[in-house]
Amino acid sequence: MTPAATAVLLAAQAQTHTHVQVQAQAPAQGFLSPTGVEIAFLLVGVVTFGAAVVTVTTRQLVHAALWLVVALGGLAVEYLLLTAEFIAWVQVLIYVGSVVVLLLFGLMLTKAPIGRSPDADSGNRRAALAVAVASAAALVWVVVDAFRTTWIDLDGAVAGAEGARGSTQVTGEALFRNWVLPFEALSVLLLAALVGAIVLSRRTSPGSDRPTPASDRRPPSQEGAR
Amino acid sequence: MHLAYPAVLSALLFCTGLYGVLARRNAILVLMSVELMLNAVNLNLVAFDVWLSQAAEETLHSGQALTLFTIAIAAAEIGIGLAIVLAVHRNRGTSDVDKLRDTAEGHEPDGHEPGGPGGPDADGSASDAPTTPATGTAAEKTEATA
Repeated sequence: MTPAATAVLLAAQAQTHTHVQVQAQAPAQGFLSPTGVEIAFLLVGVVTFGAAVVTVTTRQLVHAALWLVVALGGLAVEYLLLTAEFIAWVQVLIYVGSVVVLLLFGLMLTKAPIGRSPDADSGNRRAALAVAVASAAALVWVVVDAFRTTWIDLDGAVAGAEGARGSTQVTGEALFRNWVLPFEALSVLLLAALVGAIVLSRRTSPGSDRPTPASDRRPPSQEGAR
Repeated sequence: MHLAYPAVLSALLFCTGLYGVLARRNAILVLMSVELMLNAVNLNLVAFDVWLSQAAEETLHSGQALTLFTIAIAAAEIGIGLAIVLAVHRNRGTSDVDKLRDTAEGHEPDGHEPGGPGGPDADGSASDAPTTPATGTAAEKTEATA
């Protein structure tokens, strides 16, 4: 046997050996016998995904915003199941509490039609569907193939030495010990975004205003108020 | 928990948001789909933070910290985005991304894409372009002064 063939054989043997090792470690938590947390995650995930799909496909614009609430709330539950407690409450507060309300305000200020609007989807719907399905297939394939034998130790995360790893105390310590500078920079960014939103949504100054022609959409009661 | 569960869910949510961004016509629905994509990224960050911090002795908790930053940036983004959509609606009378083709090249002379609903719509918006901003501005004024 030539040395090259021996090397190849040895490499193959080593590969199968590590493969067997990985396979021997994994069945401690079997793929076909899911734990309760996994079942809960799966169920909430199905609800979240369904709500997201309805959000992007429904023809009633206000219903899309309300289904978005379901999707974001489901994600908050997923964060809780992943022991990220603080993130879950921040998600509920900011997304469900303010972002969706802001979106509803936007829908109503732009006079979005209540009820079914036939032109909610644009003409390139089929191309979008093809792109989305192709990217979903690629991503799911890659992700499943990459993390087939990876497990999250949720029990260890909850009952760790320093308490729960995702608890508010741990998150706050990490945030204000290691991430103070980005945190403060983020506050400046939020201020800039707020000022920018106010400037953008402010009406133009009265000097540069054109005289507006009389519109039939103006009710007479508000005419007196001017 | 198997790491594939949150990773697959996040991939599916991201692709749902991708479909919404590509297929929706109302600008606010596009913003909603962007929120879905950002949330998919957040789920990935949280899951990988839990996975990676179980092995490390000392961890920065970068996943959770970056998730908080992403949430804050998403809030800023939705504020700016809605302000832009409202400004566009005030000036044009529509928040339809298919009708905002001022910077599109080659769409004005030869009409529009054949067979699609964009043809008559864009023609109508071009014909009543002088009246639409005026009514939009007037209606906005009455709202603001009332």
